[in-house]
Amino acid sequence: MTREREAACQPPFSVYEVKIMHGVFDIVGPVMIGPSSSHTAGAARLGLMARKILGERAVRAEINLHGSFAQTYRGHGTDKALIAGIMGMEPDDMRLREALELADKRGLSYDFRQVELQEAHPNTAVIYLVGETGRVARVRGASVGGGNILVTNIDGYEVELSGQYPALLTIHHDRPGVITRVTQILSRYEVNIAFMRVSRQSRGETAMMIMELDDEPATDVVEECGQVPDVELARAVPAV
Amino acid sequence: MINFSNLAELISIAREKSLPIHEVVIAREMHISLRSREHIIKQMADSWMVMQESIERGLNNTEKSLSGLTGGDARRLRLYSSRAGAEAPYLGEAAILAAAAAVGVNEVNAVMGRIVACPTAGSCGIVPAALYAAKQRGASEEKLVLSLFTAAGIGMVIDQNASIAGASGGCQAECGTAAAMAAGALVEIAGGGPEKVGEAVALSVKNLLGLVCDPVAGLVEVPCVKRNGFAVIEAMLAADMALSGIKSVIPVDEVIGAMDKIGRALPKSLRETSQGGLAVTPTARRIERELYGE
Repeated sequence: MTREREAACQPPFSVYEVKIMHGVFDIVGPVMIGPSSSHTAGAARLGLMARKILGERAVRAEINLHGSFAQTYRGHGTDKALIAGIMGMEPDDMRLREALELADKRGLSYDFRQVELQEAHPNTAVIYLVGETGRVARVRGASVGGGNILVTNIDGYEVELSGQYPALLTIHHDRPGVITRVTQILSRYEVNIAFMRVSRQSRGETAMMIMELDDEPATDVVEECGQVPDVELARAVPAV
Repeated sequence: MINFSNLAELISIAREKSLPIHEVVIAREMHISLRSREHIIKQMADSWMVMQESIERGLNNTEKSLSGLTGGDARRLRLYSSRAGAEAPYLGEAAILAAAAAVGVNEVNAVMGRIVACPTAGSCGIVPAALYAAKQRGASEEKLVLSLFTAAGIGMVIDQNASIAGASGGCQAECGTAAAMAAGALVEIAGGGPEKVGEAVALSVKNLLGLVCDPVAGLVEVPCVKRNGFAVIEAMLAADMALSGIKSVIPVDEVIGAMDKIGRALPKSLRETSQGGLAVTPTARRIERELYGE
């Protein structure tokens, strides 16, 4: 493979490695519930992200914690933050510290387990959710510092989702033309794709596509994408 | 567009355009966020409100943290600050109150209260406490809010050229950066020009170079909470030195460069892993066993 070709094949996610100067409110901010931006605020965002990927109210949560999350979660309120996020709370919600009691009241049952994962970021959680209509989602993500997160796996598909942008997620048959048909819809509605990734479990089976967008896609855009032949599911995952 | 990648550039843009540093930072933020000046200033004013709420709560806090390791010291300092005569605090009432505010905000953080990470949660008391001290001696709300943009600009430059994460650069990256941000803001509030802001940053960062991150039991409490108190005093002294006309022999961007190299040279055990320093003392080990079991 030539050098140019190799460069062209690099996924766009290399942007995560380039140090871009932050904005003012990344330094003075975020407004958050303590004690830790990575173990509390980031955990709340991970929970919130899982809730948005599930797309409905969760009634059951099984959460596996790895590394530093597993070791120090009680002292940092990581458990409370994750559950708060799963109930839809933002990282600066004052109810975060009572999240476990609130979960009991709202009919969300939960379990935490300490696990050791292979080659995982030290602050990794694997969140398995069951929703009120029986929908399930399995989300693996890490709190990567300063309250920032990176979701790396959804339902067995490798992804890279930061939650900084509104996203559109599709599950579709791994066939030629599906991606074009979906992106054409976005183009027609003038929705710009900032980052995009396609991942599949094996050739010709189902695949997952995640597009991080500059603007929140309207409901009819998402619905239209869902009606594309070979697309099983299209879902908006708002920024968190 | 207005952009800068180090403090020399930030200072020279401010000089060329005859603007205070906060205006240069606001102009860049408007450009990259595509939001109006009013919107950005309103968001900062809201953050300053949250900071002040956390100070008030902290100064009166008697609640212990989840671990039981911290809580109540800010109140102790506040009560002590007003002693008079031979019992008067060595640093004077204003400085002790600033230290109390810094400790208090971090106590609020440790009891899962609401704070503004500045730049991080572990160092969230330093900048608010410095501004609180300025407010006590009459600085206007507008001036205080604008000075937070100067603080942010300093933090952005350090983040770009060194680090603001304890896991990467040790505590110099967190409390060290916060103190530099506070020192620069205090200089601007007192009417010091862009160069003096730069000197305050250089003086402040130099004094906290090499500070390690070794939190007991991995929690943002020991030594973080009390260190916030020390760091705001250090920031005030750096601001006073710069305002008095003292200059750093090593230019500010070279100091930040040294901070980066020192951070990279720190062993992993002293970068927020709790595998070295205070975190492995016999007492810290005992605390760890009590909290987590064997």
